[in-house]
Amino acid sequence: MFSIGFRTLFYKESLRFWKVATQTVGAPVVTAMLYLLIFGHVLDGRVEMLDGVSYTSFLVPGLVMMSVLQNSFANSSSSLIQSKITGNLVFILLPPLSHVEILGAYVAAAVVRGLAVGAGVFIITAWFAHLEFAAPVWIVVFALLGAAILGTMGVIAGIWAEKFDQLAAFQNFLIMPATFLAGVFYSIQKLPPFWLAVSHFNPFFYMIDGFRYGFFGQSDVSPWTSLAIVSVFLVVLTAVAINLLKRGYNLRH
Amino acid sequence: MTAIQIDSVEKSYKGLKALKGVSLDIQEGEFFGLLGPNGAGKTTLISTIAGLIRPDAGTVRIHGHDVVSDFREARKRLGVVPQELVFDPFFTVRETLRLQSGYFGIRNNDAWIDEVMHNLDLTEKADVNMRALSGGMKRRVLVAQALVHRPPVIVLDEPTAGVDVELRQTLWKFIARLNREGGHTVVLTTHYLEEAQAMCQRVAMLRRGNVVALDTMSALLRRVSGSQLVVHLKSGDLPDSLRPLVSHDEHANGNKYTLRVNDYSEVEPILARLRENGAVIDEMQLEQADLEDIFIQIMEEGK
Repeated sequence: MFSIGFRTLFYKESLRFWKVATQTVGAPVVTAMLYLLIFGHVLDGRVEMLDGVSYTSFLVPGLVMMSVLQNSFANSSSSLIQSKITGNLVFILLPPLSHVEILGAYVAAAVVRGLAVGAGVFIITAWFAHLEFAAPVWIVVFALLGAAILGTMGVIAGIWAEKFDQLAAFQNFLIMPATFLAGVFYSIQKLPPFWLAVSHFNPFFYMIDGFRYGFFGQSDVSPWTSLAIVSVFLVVLTAVAINLLKRGYNLRH
Repeated sequence: MTAIQIDSVEKSYKGLKALKGVSLDIQEGEFFGLLGPNGAGKTTLISTIAGLIRPDAGTVRIHGHDVVSDFREARKRLGVVPQELVFDPFFTVRETLRLQSGYFGIRNNDAWIDEVMHNLDLTEKADVNMRALSGGMKRRVLVAQALVHRPPVIVLDEPTAGVDVELRQTLWKFIARLNREGGHTVVLTTHYLEEAQAMCQRVAMLRRGNVVALDTMSALLRRVSGSQLVVHLKSGDLPDSLRPLVSHDEHANGNKYTLRVNDYSEVEPILARLRENGAVIDEMQLEQADLEDIFIQIMEEGK
């Protein structure tokens, strides 16, 4: 089912982050733990986002999903931009790898890193919160879809960017705000009507909301609605990425 | 069978035409040289063959497979050594070669990887990280990467630029063996014309995106007939009757003249005329015309 070319590229992309796991897995886990300790300590007992759920417990799934999303994006995007700038992308461009194999391998490795960091964050932060697993299938489904979406966005950004600062702009002005404004730290129901409406146009919101539903069985919108929106978003991004690879955009001049 | 078929290939960068309708066929088993000054379009042409650059017009086929529309079949048959010294700093030499084999759909390739490393004197460095290798060693790995899938067509873009004599000899010995015994087609670009003269059976010369010469090495060498007589005069000067034969003169350190001669029989009359004119020869050399002379002549013709 999976070609040797795909498996090799997937293995290489996974090995690449695993060889520097302190930086690619350890550091984001520590960052997420700091968020939990600081926000949890300050806000726990003062605010309640979901009925009967403490703020720290509410925050854990958000932080886990945020880590999954950001690290999935970081894996594919940083690998591509580094390879482009150092010139070793030629080793991927010269072999007979299809566009689907290239995209699939980069995204699969991004998913692995996203889930590895997410699992690390969950294991550490779960000590500080009481968590339920109301619908665990949704947890897995939204973690996988979210990681795949951000891995694909990372491929698109890595292809589009020609310099590190362009990639940093993509990350800082698009991925980061979209993640933070998607309800990692709050329920969007607490927002004023205008921002509540705006949040519904943010696909990241549905990833986090659906993921959180898996834990508490409560969400701002139905998990089925989130699943539909997130799936469509993944299909659109996949089509864009395949198109860029087919055209050789910024890769084959 | 035609190994590489290049048909009317054109490529422009921001209005600058790098390739202006290049056409040439390279036959299976040939050792082919692609020569030209910097900016002639050699690397653009090689990148087009490799699928790294998409031509604006024209087609390139490897063993009959179009490098754009049928790229998977074309690339399976092609091994390319890029000009730039690129490497992946995360991996050792052996990991790099195993990964490259996998990209070409080959598993369990260690026997061939070991043989390639042995032939390129890389065995001792097999488990060394790429970052720790010298430039010459990195170049060897690039060559090994291009060969892991035993491609019938090997393209080397200035593989000996900036490398020591030992690597050059190791490399050419191995590549020549692959060409001679394995029947691999080899396409080479180099600025070392003596290498091209020693290795290539046929040569194309590019100038400003056009093929300005395409011939066998022996036919090209015949183009510049005869030899050159270099005389360094201690005293006296060249008689006017010999001036038309001068191809080059130098007066920085005495009078040094390079004269064109068709064969050895013309040397004695030249020496006689120098004597008659009172000139005393300090040093003298008779040089055979080589690829460099032809290269310079062809490049000068277009100016």
